[in-house]
Amino acid sequence: MTALLELEDVGARYGDIVALHGVSLSVEEGQVAAVLGANGAGKTTMLRAVSGTVRRSGSIVFAGRRLRSGPESAARLGVAHVPEGRGTFGELSVRDNLRLGAYTRRGGFDEDLERVRGYFPWLDERRDQQAGTLSGGEQQMLALARALMSRPRLLMLDEPSLGLAPKVVADIFRIVRELNELHGLTVLVVEQNARVALDASQHAFVLEVGRVAVSGASAELQANESVRKSYLGY
Amino acid sequence: MSQFFQQVVSGLASGGIFASLALALVLIYRATRAINFAQGEMATVSTFVAWSLVHHGMPFWGAFFLTLALSFIGGVALERVVIRPVENAPVLTVVIVTLGLAVLLNGFTSVEWGSEVKKFPSPFPTRPIHVGGVAFSIQDLGVIGVSIALVVALGAFFRFTKLGLALRAAALNPEASRLVGVRVSWMLALGWGLAAVLGAVSGMMIAPVVFLDPNMMQTVLLYALAAAILGGMDSPVGAVVGGLALGVILNLTGAYVNFIGGTLRLPVALAVILLVLLVRPSGLFGRAAVRKV
Repeated sequence: MTALLELEDVGARYGDIVALHGVSLSVEEGQVAAVLGANGAGKTTMLRAVSGTVRRSGSIVFAGRRLRSGPESAARLGVAHVPEGRGTFGELSVRDNLRLGAYTRRGGFDEDLERVRGYFPWLDERRDQQAGTLSGGEQQMLALARALMSRPRLLMLDEPSLGLAPKVVADIFRIVRELNELHGLTVLVVEQNARVALDASQHAFVLEVGRVAVSGASAELQANESVRKSYLGY
Repeated sequence: MSQFFQQVVSGLASGGIFASLALALVLIYRATRAINFAQGEMATVSTFVAWSLVHHGMPFWGAFFLTLALSFIGGVALERVVIRPVENAPVLTVVIVTLGLAVLLNGFTSVEWGSEVKKFPSPFPTRPIHVGGVAFSIQDLGVIGVSIALVVALGAFFRFTKLGLALRAAALNPEASRLVGVRVSWMLALGWGLAAVLGAVSGMMIAPVVFLDPNMMQTVLLYALAAAILGGMDSPVGAVVGGLALGVILNLTGAYVNFIGGTLRLPVALAVILLVLLVRPSGLFGRAAVRKV
């Protein structure tokens, strides 16, 4: 297996506050990788560094190409970032949200819509509804659907379980697993809910104050009691 | 009664002109939360360009569409050169920059074309047309037609094209737009281009009526601002309805309220601004500003 995403000594700061202190990690193609850690450990910032929505230092190589700064270039190369709080366009219709997902591509919209509809059949009947009037779970699904419309090579999810009912969280992770197993989609998921994330992933990184503290196969991290106690809190 | 209908129709004609310029203001306001005080002067420059083209022998409609194209390019260029450097600055900074730009453009037109009043040709005949015993000016109906065509074209662009969708998205949620690959900064430039086109239309439509001089659009800009505020600053539909409504209000109060007449039109518009801001600050169609704390 080859690495799809490689971070080397990636740092990022918000003004004077350093959020990432030089993170190095790599995500294999076709893998689901989880990023765990306490609040303020830099998980969200790490995703933002990859998608280019925060000013960063260090080098990020995606699919063999060094990512330039600025978010549009990552999106155009096939990185779909579903931010915390979902980043859907509340004032636009469901259909327009999906159209925006396919923004970087030409053609193939109907075909992709068909594919995405397979996962979220309800999107069809709600297509003219304003996205902002959907429930929290539906908006998270829409954000995921929109990300898929871009035919991503790497899907980055930030706290997909935040504020959602357990049943909805299970649905979302089931779909993520399916996308990974059936289509080989590479996924990088940030989660507070370590249990859910470790179950769904093959590999995991634990961030602590802006650095990778532990990394390894998810099953091993789950089995290792000292890691579980000191980093995962259960 | 027939005088009433005439007043309404000619009110709609000037309202269409206000609406075009109001729409230009709203377009930029939605993207940047700043009012572009240079919008009027930009329209004046466009109108002078059209005048020069006609003056050199180009037929009216040829000059009209060429001016629209040049205005678009000019609007994009202004954004790149003047606004881009303050893109991340506070709104007030942007507003001050547009004020400076207005003064600059005003000076430029005076130097380039002189400050004496020029006659601007009208594409429409001035003779009246009789419908059901009421005489309407073809000029007025023509202006209304152009305004409607403009609004429909713009609406279709925003609704049905990918670029129009990206423009809307960039204004609503720049952060999320970047994540789906929309070049937000360029969308802003595109918005300025479109606003310049809208302004150019309003300038070329009003110039035959008020004659062309470097200060021509200054009061029109105030009317457009009143129209935009009446309709709701962040609503394109509101800008159009507000413009038409304001045109009709001004004409009717001018015709039927003796002390207002033709001389107190501007105070009426300013009173509309004041009234809307006091009673319903979000305007007819705007959404009330919600601030999350």
